Amino acid sequence: MRRDRFALTVFLLLLSLAPWLLGEFHVTLLNYIGLYSIVALGLVLLTGVGGLTSFGQAAFVGLGAYTTAWLTATPELPAWAALVGGSPWVALLVGLALTALFAFVLGWATLRLSGHYLPLGTIAWGIAIYFLFGNIELLGGHTGITGIPLLSIAGFELRDSRHYYYLIWAMLLAAVWLTSNLLDSREGRAIRALKGGTVMAESMGVNTPRSKVVIFIIAALFACVSGWLYAHLQRFVNPTPFGLHIGIEYLFMAVIGGAAHVWGALVGATVITVLKQGLQEILPKILGASGNFEVIVFGVMMILMLQRARDGLWPLLVHWFPRGEAVRSAPVGERLSQRTPPTSGTVLLEVKDAVKKFGGLVANDRMNLHVTAGEILALIGPNGAGKSTMFNCISGVDGLSSGEIRFLGERVDGLASRDIARRGMSRTFQHVRLLPAMSVLENVAIGAHLRGDNGVAMAAFQLDRKEEGRLLAEAARQIERVGLGQYLFEQAGNLALGQQRIVEIARALAADPCLLLLDEPAAGLRYLEKQSLAELLRRLRGEGMGILLVEHDMDFVMGLADRLVVMEFGLKIAEGSPDQVQQDPAVLQAYLGGVG
Amino acid sequence: MDIQIALLLGQDGITNGAIYALLALALVLVFTVTRVIFIPQGEFVAFGALTLASIQAGRVPGTLWLLLGAGLVVAIIDLIQAVRRGTGRRIAGIIGWNILYPALVAALLSLLRPDELPQVAQVLLALAVIVPLGPMLYRLVYQPLAEASVLVLLIVSVAVHVTLVGLGLLFFGAEGSRTTPFSEARLDIGGIAVGGQTIWVVIASLALIVVLYQLFERTLYGKALRATAINRVGARLMGISTTLAGKLSFLLAAAIGAFSGILIAPITTIYYDTGFLIGLKGFVGAIIGGLASYPVAAAGAVLVGLLESFSSFHASAFKEVIVFTLIIPVLLWRSLTTRHVEEEE
Amino acid sequence: MKPGTPILDIRDLCVSYGKVEVLHQVSLTVAPGAIVTVIGPNGAGKTTLLSAIMGVLPRMRGDVSYLGHVQREIEVERMVAQGMTLVPESRALFGEMSVEDNLLLGAFMRHRLGHRDERDTMDHVFTIFPRLKERRDQMAVTLSGGERQMLAVGRALMAKPRLLLLDEPSLGLAPLIVREILRIVANLKQTGVAVLLVEQNARAALQIADYGYVLETGEVAIEGPSNQLAGDPRVIEAYLGLGGRH
Repeated sequence: MRRDRFALTVFLLLLSLAPWLLGEFHVTLLNYIGLYSIVALGLVLLTGVGGLTSFGQAAFVGLGAYTTAWLTATPELPAWAALVGGSPWVALLVGLALTALFAFVLGWATLRLSGHYLPLGTIAWGIAIYFLFGNIELLGGHTGITGIPLLSIAGFELRDSRHYYYLIWAMLLAAVWLTSNLLDSREGRAIRALKGGTVMAESMGVNTPRSKVVIFIIAALFACVSGWLYAHLQRFVNPTPFGLHIGIEYLFMAVIGGAAHVWGALVGATVITVLKQGLQEILPKILGASGNFEVIVFGVMMILMLQRARDGLWPLLVHWFPRGEAVRSAPVGERLSQRTPPTSGTVLLEVKDAVKKFGGLVANDRMNLHVTAGEILALIGPNGAGKSTMFNCISGVDGLSSGEIRFLGERVDGLASRDIARRGMSRTFQHVRLLPAMSVLENVAIGAHLRGDNGVAMAAFQLDRKEEGRLLAEAARQIERVGLGQYLFEQAGNLALGQQRIVEIARALAADPCLLLLDEPAAGLRYLEKQSLAELLRRLRGEGMGILLVEHDMDFVMGLADRLVVMEFGLKIAEGSPDQVQQDPAVLQAYLGGVG
Repeated sequence: MDIQIALLLGQDGITNGAIYALLALALVLVFTVTRVIFIPQGEFVAFGALTLASIQAGRVPGTLWLLLGAGLVVAIIDLIQAVRRGTGRRIAGIIGWNILYPALVAALLSLLRPDELPQVAQVLLALAVIVPLGPMLYRLVYQPLAEASVLVLLIVSVAVHVTLVGLGLLFFGAEGSRTTPFSEARLDIGGIAVGGQTIWVVIASLALIVVLYQLFERTLYGKALRATAINRVGARLMGISTTLAGKLSFLLAAAIGAFSGILIAPITTIYYDTGFLIGLKGFVGAIIGGLASYPVAAAGAVLVGLLESFSSFHASAFKEVIVFTLIIPVLLWRSLTTRHVEEEE
Repeated sequence: MKPGTPILDIRDLCVSYGKVEVLHQVSLTVAPGAIVTVIGPNGAGKTTLLSAIMGVLPRMRGDVSYLGHVQREIEVERMVAQGMTLVPESRALFGEMSVEDNLLLGAFMRHRLGHRDERDTMDHVFTIFPRLKERRDQMAVTLSGGERQMLAVGRALMAKPRLLLLDEPSLGLAPLIVREILRIVANLKQTGVAVLLVEQNARAALQIADYGYVLETGEVAIEGPSNQLAGDPRVIEAYLGLGGRH
C-alpha cells in the first residue's frame, strides 16, 4: 500500500475511534476543530488555490447559524416563513440559498477589480453583518436566539456531543472529498489557473470572472454548513462568534495550515484551536490581566510564517512522511472529437488596417496581414516595433482602436479572448505562463478546457470521470507529439525554460486549434531542440495548421517561414519570402540601423 | 429633522470626516508607495490617543515598552546584517535610532512628570513614542516581504492589526479614555454652537493636509515618495531604495495616525480597539478614490463622515451597517467604471 | 584608482533566470572616458547584461570590478552612490511629475550624500538639452518620444555619473532623433563620462563608439574596435540570420 494511503487509513481509523478513547472535553474540542476546518477548507479553495481571499467567512457562518436558529427556534414565525419553518434540514437549504445569494452579489461587485478589493469588501461585509445580527430585534439582538432544537437524522435524535462528532466529521470529510474531486477536474484546473493570472486562463477559454465567483460561493457555502452545525450543537446563537476577528482567525487557520492543500485546513484549524485553548489559560496568568491575548501570539506567528514559510505547515508535515512513488501510467481515453480542419489555402486570419493606440502612442498603425491554412507566417521586427501588441490584439487580450480582424471570415475584434479561443485560435506567451507547481499533464489539459463541458457539480461528485479521462488522454497525446512524453508527471516548474515553451505549444495544441499563435517559441532552446521544434511546426503545417509566429532567432525563422511580415514603428515595412525580405533595403535599415 | 439638527449632524460629520480624510490620505500614500494595504492604520490612531491619555493621567504609557522592545529587535537584526555585509559605518546610526532614541524618550517620560507639562509638550511626547513605531514596523514586518504579492501583504497587515490590538489591550486595558480638550471654547456660528475641539480638528486636519501637500510638492524626499509610487524601477535607479521609501511612508502614516488619534481623543472615548473601525472608515474613503487619488479619497472620507452622522440620527443602531454596506455600491461603481481586468503583478 | 585602470572590468559573467543561464561567461572592459557599445540581435542578452552590472538582477557569477574595486555585492543603490547610472529601455520616467522634478530626482543620491549642486547640474543639462528647458514645467507623460529619451538621459546626467549605461536609446525613435541623441552621447565623452551603450541599431552605435562587442545568444561572438566591426560581414549575419540557410 502506498504510504500516503496508509497514513490516511490510520487517520480515519483513529478518527472513528476517538469518541470512545477521549473524554467529553476532548470530543467537544474535536467538534470545534471539525467545524472550523470546514470553514478553513473553503478558504483553502479560495486563497491557496484561487489566489483570492476573504476575511468575512465568519459572517457566512453566522448566516447559516442564524437562518436555522430563526426558522427552527422562533415560536411564531410570520406566515411566509412558517412554510419552511421547523425543520433544520429545510433551514439548511434556505441558509445555503441565502449564502449563495450574498456571496454572489459580493463576488460579482468586486471581480472585475484587482484581487485585493474582494478581501477589503469582505472586511466591510464582515463588520456590517455582525452589527446587523446584534441589532435586529427579530434575531434577539445581542442576546441572540436560544432553544434551537437538536438535529435528528431519520428519526434518530443527536443528543450527545459524540453523536454530533460523527455528523461534523462526516460532513467535513465529505467536504474534503468534494473539494479534492473538484480540484482534480476540468473546472478545478481552471480555478487553479487563476493564480497564473487571468490572461493565460482566458486565452485557454476559461471564463475567469465566473470561476472566481464560483469558488467564492463554494467557500461561503462551506462556512454556512459549519454555522448550521454549530447552531444545532450549541443550541443557541449570539453575534459574538460571527464577528470579523473570528473571520480573521479562519484565514489564519488556512494560511498556517497550508492554504494550498485540502488537509492544510485541518492542520491549521487544529493548531489554532488547541493553541487558543492553551494560551487562553496561560497568558492571562503570565500577563496578570484578563483578555484575549492569544491574538498577539497568533498575529506574530502569522507574520513569521508568511516571512519564512509561506506555504504553511502541511508541506512541512508531508516532508516528514515522504510519499511512496506511485506507478503512474499515461492516461488513456477515447479521442475527443476534433473540428474539421479548413482546407489548405483557406484564409484563416485577416487583419485589415488595424490601428492600436495607447494614449498618444501608436503601437500598430494600419497593419495588414493574413494567414492561410497550411502556412507559417513570421512576424519580425526590431524591439518595440509593435509585434507583441499585434499579437495581443489578434488573440483578444487587447482591443483595437480601429480596423478589423477576421478569423475564419468572422469579425473577432472586440471579442473576449476566451470567445476567440473557442473559434479555434490558440496561443503561447513570450513570458512562459505555466503553473509551476502543477504537472506538465495538468498544465496541458488546461488547453483542452473548451473541449469538455462537465461543470463544478459533476466534478465534485466524480460524475465527470469519462470526460476527464478523455481530456487527460488528449493532453498526454499532445505532450507526446511535442516530444516531452517522459515528463508527463513532472512539475512544470522543474523543466528547463526551453522545454516550458514547448509545453506551452502542447497546451495550445490541446485546444485543437486551426490557427496557432506562437510568441518566441525558440527562445532559450538549444540547437537540437530548435531543430526538432522546426520539425514539429513543419509537420503541423503539413496537417493544414496555420501558424503565426513572432521570433527573434533569424536562423530559425528564415529556415522555417513561408512568408515574413516585417514591422517597424508599428508599421509594416516589408512582406515576402525569406529571400526577398533579406534583400530588402528597408529591412536592413530597420535591423542594422544607420544614420547619415 | 429641522435645519438646526441637520447643521449639528453636519458639524459632527465633518469633524469625523476630516479625521477619516487624514487616514484615507495615509492609506493611499502607503499603498501607492509600498503596495501595502495598511489595515493597522487605525491602531496608530488608538495608540496615539491612549498614549496621550496615559501621559495626562500620570501613567507610563505601555506603548513605551513597545518602542523599547521593537527598537531593540530592529537594532539586533540590523547589527547582524551590518556585520555580515561589512558595512560597519552604519552601526552608530542603528544604535542611535533604535536604542538610544527610545531610551531618551523613556528617560523624558520618567523624569519629567509629564502629567504636569503643558498640553503641547504632552502631545509631542505622545508623538515621540508612537511615530517611530511606523518605520520600525516596516523594518520588522514588511521589509522582508518587499517582493511579496499584494494579497500576501494584505494578509500580513491583518496579522499586524490583530497583534497590535492585542498589545493595545495589554497596554491600556479594556477601559476607554478621553483626553483634555485643546479648547473649551464654544463658538456661536449662525446660531449653531460649535465646539472648540471641532474647530481644532477641522483646522488641524486642513493644516496637516497643506503640510503634506507641501512635503510632496516641494521637498526632495516627498518627491522621492511620489516617484516611487509612479515608477518603482525608475525610483530605484535614482538611488531611492525600496526600504527608504517604505520607512518614510510608514513614518508619515504613523504620524498621521497618531495625530488623528490625538485630535479626536477629547471628543470621543477611545478604547484599545476603537482605532480599527475609525481606520476602516478612512479605508472606505480611500477605496472611493481607488486607493490612488488623494483628493477623491479625502472627499470620499468626508462623505463617509457625513453619512455616518446622518445615519446615526435616523437609525443609530444601524450606523455601522449603513457605513460599511456603502462599500458594496462603491466597489460596484468602481468595478463598472474600470475598463478592463487588471492583471496582478 | 590608478591611471589606466578600466572604469569597468567584467570577467566571466554568467547570469541565470531560474535554472536557465542566459549570459555565458561574458567578459568586457570599459576604459575611462570611452564609449563602448554592445550590439547584437533581439534576445541576445544585452539588457540582462546591463541589469546585472547595475545590480537589478540578484543572481549572477563572475567578477565585476568598478573603479578598480571588485564589487562583492552589487546593489542598485550602492552602484548609484558610486556614480553608475542606468537609463533603462523603458526610460522609467516619472510620468505624472514635471520635467524639472524628474531631473531633480536624478540628483537624489548626490543630494543624500551631501552634494547641493543640483541647480547647477540642471543648468548644465539644459545646455545639453535645450528642449527640456522649454518643457521644464510640463508633465513627463506629455512629452514626445524623443523628448522622453532626452529626459531619461538628462535625468541620468543629473547624478554626474562616471559611467553611464544606456539601454537602447534609439528604441522606437525616428532616425533624425536617433541621430541627435547619439550625437549628444558622443559629446559626453568630452566631459569625461564613460558610456556603455547597448544598441540594436548597430551601425549608428558603431559610428560613435570606440570599441564594440557583438553579443549573440548570451555570448560575446565578436569584439573589436568599432571601425573594424562596422565592416565585418559577420555582424550582418548575426542580425539577419543569413548563416542558417547555407
